[in-house]
Amino acid sequence: MVKTHSAPGGPAGTEEQGARSPSAGRRGDRSAGPSRCRRRRPRATAGSGGMAALLISPTLLVLALVVLYPTIVAFKESFYGKAGLDPETGFLNKTAPFVGGQNYADIFSPAGERFWNAFWNTSFFTVTTVALETVIGVAMALIMHKAFRGRFLVRASILIPWSIPTAISGLLWRWIFNSHGVANEILGQQILWTTEGFHAQVAVIIAEVWKTAPFIGLLVLAGLQVIPREVYEAARIDGANSLRQLWHITLPLVRPALLVAVLFRTLDALRMFDLPYVLIGAHKHSVETLSMLAQDEAANVHFGPASAYAVLLFLYVFLIAMAFVRLLGTDLVGESDAPKRGRRWAVRRRKGLTA
Amino acid sequence: MNARTARALQCSSLLLAVGLAATACGSSGASGSAAQDEPEFTGRGPITYVAGKDSTGVTKKIIDRWNTNHPKEKVTFIQLPTDPDTQRQQMIQNAQTKSDAYTVLSLDVVWTSEFAAHRWIDRLPADEFPLGKMVKPIVETGKYRGGQYAIPASSDGGMLYYRTDLLKKAGIAQPPTTWAQMKKDCAKVKKLPGAKGMSCYAGQFHKYEGLTVNFAEAVHSAGGEILDAHGKPHVDTSKARKGLDFLAASVKDKTIPKEATTYQEEDARRAFQKGELIFARNWPYMYSLVEKSKSETSGKFAVAPLPGLNATGTSSLGGHDLALSSFAKNKATAIDFMKFYTSEANARLALKDGSLAPPYAKLYDDKALVKKYPYLPTLKRSILHAQPRPRVVQYGDATAAIQREAYAAMTGNKSSKQALRDLQKSLRDAVAQ
Repeated sequence: MVKTHSAPGGPAGTEEQGARSPSAGRRGDRSAGPSRCRRRRPRATAGSGGMAALLISPTLLVLALVVLYPTIVAFKESFYGKAGLDPETGFLNKTAPFVGGQNYADIFSPAGERFWNAFWNTSFFTVTTVALETVIGVAMALIMHKAFRGRFLVRASILIPWSIPTAISGLLWRWIFNSHGVANEILGQQILWTTEGFHAQVAVIIAEVWKTAPFIGLLVLAGLQVIPREVYEAARIDGANSLRQLWHITLPLVRPALLVAVLFRTLDALRMFDLPYVLIGAHKHSVETLSMLAQDEAANVHFGPASAYAVLLFLYVFLIAMAFVRLLGTDLVGESDAPKRGRRWAVRRRKGLTA
Repeated sequence: MNARTARALQCSSLLLAVGLAATACGSSGASGSAAQDEPEFTGRGPITYVAGKDSTGVTKKIIDRWNTNHPKEKVTFIQLPTDPDTQRQQMIQNAQTKSDAYTVLSLDVVWTSEFAAHRWIDRLPADEFPLGKMVKPIVETGKYRGGQYAIPASSDGGMLYYRTDLLKKAGIAQPPTTWAQMKKDCAKVKKLPGAKGMSCYAGQFHKYEGLTVNFAEAVHSAGGEILDAHGKPHVDTSKARKGLDFLAASVKDKTIPKEATTYQEEDARRAFQKGELIFARNWPYMYSLVEKSKSETSGKFAVAPLPGLNATGTSSLGGHDLALSSFAKNKATAIDFMKFYTSEANARLALKDGSLAPPYAKLYDDKALVKKYPYLPTLKRSILHAQPRPRVVQYGDATAAIQREAYAAMTGNKSSKQALRDLQKSLRDAVAQ
């Protein structure tokens, strides 16, 4: 399996803006910038419109070739069934029969049990791992942001898991979760982690959080570093303790960066494949995700069902990405019409300082 | 025509796609069936040899020998992981992309039907290979519908490894031939002061291809079958149930340690080598490794045929056959290399250095070799009476179903009866396609 990055429209475009947005938001608040911009924009782009289209056309062409085309073909493939065996020659037929929506309808038959299991596993892993990663990642970022002796070492050690390829970390954790492994040694029990059951899910969650919490930490750290020191100074003068500062300054101001990180992790977790595959193995009911199911069907030369599962996973990921942008999009774009209470508090404080 | 062009394009670009990468490439085969029926083997130059992990180092030795004699037709060894499921999937992926990266494939004996039916491998000129000198059941594993698609390189039969020192101390003269005897012997050995904390028996019971092998052995050893003579599933029988019951009940009464449900071949070897097991089922490759290991077990073990329900059991037929990828280049070199690799001299080397069972009947009766390897007569018996795992085109579906049901029964999630009934149904679906 080639590890690919799913980028259904939204996230790729918002990343940059999201990371920059804290400062952008402040500037927007201070001046009548947006309206001035709106007036100037048509004139600035009208003349270079054709040039702009020309310049982005190679990108669009590549995207159409590597994203749009395969998506359409996979969609088409999902309407085909399994190739039959020619009883005369003993060879499989070269063309698969057209079966219409049968592959999709099968999901609602008793045979669809495997799909729904994979669907719930995928959702379960996404919710649990992203929730844990967010909490741990923010904590990591706060630690990395603090100035203290040996900060370099702490930063490096936090980032190491993120730099290890997932398959390798899967192998590492398989040794840890071996029946005679470190995990059992520490717990003083013999849990067979790689067998079917809830413990296998726990093993996957632990390894996944270990691996990707630093990613959230890294993005949040970037968000933390653009918060100006004066804001905290003002808060201290006003007598806000550190908990209050965290809640009313740090978190609101780092929120855009955090949301981008969470969105990325969510989309990534929904496609989870390599970690459960390497750590626990194929055909394992308790950890089989949608990607694993689609891959397994494809490996067994059932392209129709495999494509159908992949299309459904694609739609699922797409819907969640859309929902993210819709629900939280105002902040992802950086221009919030109705800032949250905490944020307004911080901004008001800052205004008071500069005025 | 249109469809074919579309598929070709799809193959080259789809791997990069979003979450849909898994569905890469359609199922269409190469065009022109005439080329398939009478393949021409032309072209000389560098080729590749693709096989699982070379844990004994023999493959490398054979390839090195070839490369020194054929500097212009060098063979590159592509090592795949130990896990057979992964090997098969990588080879299938290579075939689906019609890549010429793999030339000669080392196929597990059970994959021949599937690869041949999909036209991923070429039909070979059987009369150019010394198949007459090989053991007949082994040669059969390379056949599909009468055509020879693969040439046996090594065979494999499961054997019962046992600790001679412990059995002797417990006053047991002969290794067990039935499961009941084995359990009784274990009870005696466990009373010895030196055998504290040891487990009785283990095979390969992780949910992977090895479980299919061990399940098939248990069923066949109890007189049951998985497919009948016409290739139709016939596993929901009382005989088959006795076989599965042996595995399930043994886990329950701790004859088989619970952690054996995570064992692959190497895990079982490690456990036996470390002195955790009295009896272990494994392939011949383990013999020389344990012997050379300098552990407390080396020199204190021997092999016997697998035990069964009422008499000696039946092994699954293992081993590897060499096949030629349909999409490869330099096929003339490939055929020559296959002849070289499967020659008697190299089979002897593989046996000497890696204790890989040779396909040549003569080597089993070779007095010098038997003297060096006392287990050869046992192995010959195991192979001659072995039963193949189910040979179906949709082998992936069949083996996944077997693993699922056998695992459920062994971990106590299903009764053996229910597991076999469900298996019968799943196998019927897999074979019907």
